[in-house]
Amino acid sequence: MDLAIVIVIEMLYAVASLALISVGLAVVFGMMKVINLAHGEFMMMGGYATIVAVNLGINVFVAMLIIAPLVVGLIGLVVERLVIRHLYGRLVDTMLATWGLSLFFIGLATIIFGNTTTGISTPISGLAIGNYQINGYNLFIVVVSVLLMIGLYLVLGRTRLGLIARGTMQRPDMASGLGYSPERIYMATFFCGSALSGLAGAILAPLVGLVPTSGGAYIAKAFITVIAGGPSLIAGLVSSASVFGVIDRIFTFAMSPVIGEVALLIAAVVLLRLLPQGITARFFRGRM
Amino acid sequence: MQGSAGKDVITTLIVAAVLVWALPLMVETYTLTVLAIYAMLGLSLGLIWGFGGILCFGQAAFFGLGAYTYAIAAINTGESTLPMILAVMVPGVFAALLGAMMFYGRLGDVYLGVITLVVTLILFKFINSTAGPQYTIGNARLGGYNGIPGFPTLNVPGRTDLSIWGDGLYYFCAAALLLVYLGVTWLLRSPFGRVAVGIRENETRMSLIGYDVRIRKTVMFAAGAAIAGLAGALFANWGAIVTPGLFSLSQSAEIIIWCIVGGLGTRFGPLLGAAGLGYLKFLLGQQSMINNTMLMGLILVLFVLFLPRGVVPAAMSVWRASVGRPRRVGRAGAVRRNRRKDRVDG
Repeated sequence: MDLAIVIVIEMLYAVASLALISVGLAVVFGMMKVINLAHGEFMMMGGYATIVAVNLGINVFVAMLIIAPLVVGLIGLVVERLVIRHLYGRLVDTMLATWGLSLFFIGLATIIFGNTTTGISTPISGLAIGNYQINGYNLFIVVVSVLLMIGLYLVLGRTRLGLIARGTMQRPDMASGLGYSPERIYMATFFCGSALSGLAGAILAPLVGLVPTSGGAYIAKAFITVIAGGPSLIAGLVSSASVFGVIDRIFTFAMSPVIGEVALLIAAVVLLRLLPQGITARFFRGRM
Repeated sequence: MQGSAGKDVITTLIVAAVLVWALPLMVETYTLTVLAIYAMLGLSLGLIWGFGGILCFGQAAFFGLGAYTYAIAAINTGESTLPMILAVMVPGVFAALLGAMMFYGRLGDVYLGVITLVVTLILFKFINSTAGPQYTIGNARLGGYNGIPGFPTLNVPGRTDLSIWGDGLYYFCAAALLLVYLGVTWLLRSPFGRVAVGIRENETRMSLIGYDVRIRKTVMFAAGAAIAGLAGALFANWGAIVTPGLFSLSQSAEIIIWCIVGGLGTRFGPLLGAAGLGYLKFLLGQQSMINNTMLMGLILVLFVLFLPRGVVPAAMSVWRASVGRPRRVGRAGAVRRNRRKDRVDG
């Protein structure tokens, strides 16, 4: 019984962390059809921002939830102004340019922080369920992910800003005719997407030893979760994160963590072959 | 047509002979060998991306697969002829299967990118985790993160006592590169190559004319992978060790950067991009002021933004504009050139 609870929590955690690392990419891709291959490096920078802030004596939750998203969001803003805005509508070119950016940021982080592992300790202690000890921080990640999904749904679906943003993504010419500047809305959306990436990186930072190349571990997972999700932003994200998270955990428990990751990637290839437009192109169609 | 093809081959041979003879006077053959291998790798992606229109984010997968196949087979057979053949065959067959899965599913550009990226990552993760003694193929231990050292390197076929190394390996790699280059030239001049370019330009139209796009793309993809596999086997000989780093994403990114910088849709561009940036990397490796990765990233961003066509096509159009009527351009070329000039003027 205790084991069952632990396994359920582990599965929830796997799904939540997948959703968390993908949400920044999903916003940018789902709304703007721009694939940001520097997403992993944005997360890496979020992690570094947190560590630097904590070392300066700032409360760890403030650093994670406020400072890191702001810092990375601002970096995203600069990137959007300098690079991305010249490439709207050229999907492959944006992928290549952001891949270049990702290498650039890895190099930059190596120069600034050195090629060594840094990290902070998890701010929440573990708790016991029966005979098992589980990581309390994993529960924190589940809670944050759920709140994030609900928040995103409310902002996009229930507020005027969300309405304007969605409208602009569908028909920029019409939005501009109604007096909204698409340029500014793209900018704001990219800022939000980057900030979410930074937040994800910051929240995961205490769990991993951070090196400048840490981003590479996230990008493929985030990429396939978003692509496999399909056109609906939130429903797609949640459904594909659930599928992949559960597959990952089953194989991790049954065999080993490496087999779990490989199984996840193979599942992604098979899923994309069967549903090339993503899960939500067939199921949950028309939802957000 | 036949005459110009013959002339082309002769020009290529002469230029190649001069380069092969002259370059060792300036650069060590040890460095030149790896540049020739990089050039071959660049050409492999240049072929499938520039002419086939297939953007593969995982060309490093085939490169690494070739290198590992060679190393494993060489340890098991103790010589190098069969391993070289296998190192071309295995990536080719693997790519044919992967390609068939993707192209018969009619996946779009982005999905192709995702799948090739993910496959590279699977191989990287798998090879990285094979450190234990239970992972062996024949006598070869896969060695996980440390890779496979100490396999027999290239020897004269049938004579295991006569190994090819140093200057010999350089001339061998240069000859292999030349053969591959001529092979690619021939492929692109053949009807298959013409149709492949047609598919790149307009896939729907080509399939409506009646060509089977799927099988042609699969074959193209496999041909590119086979070339990458050959490059991988030569790289294994050059380095005398294979490591999982061959499968890494940064390796794939580098190949793409070579093609972008050199110029897509040309045969010479990816070659030049690979050799040039490879040499730059070698020079940068000797100092520690500028970070190599950062510079490569910056180069990719700047080229996508400002010179997306690449160096060679841009240089060619500058050359045509400044010299006037270029050699051997027929009426069609002249008309097209004039039309472009009109557009600029008007």
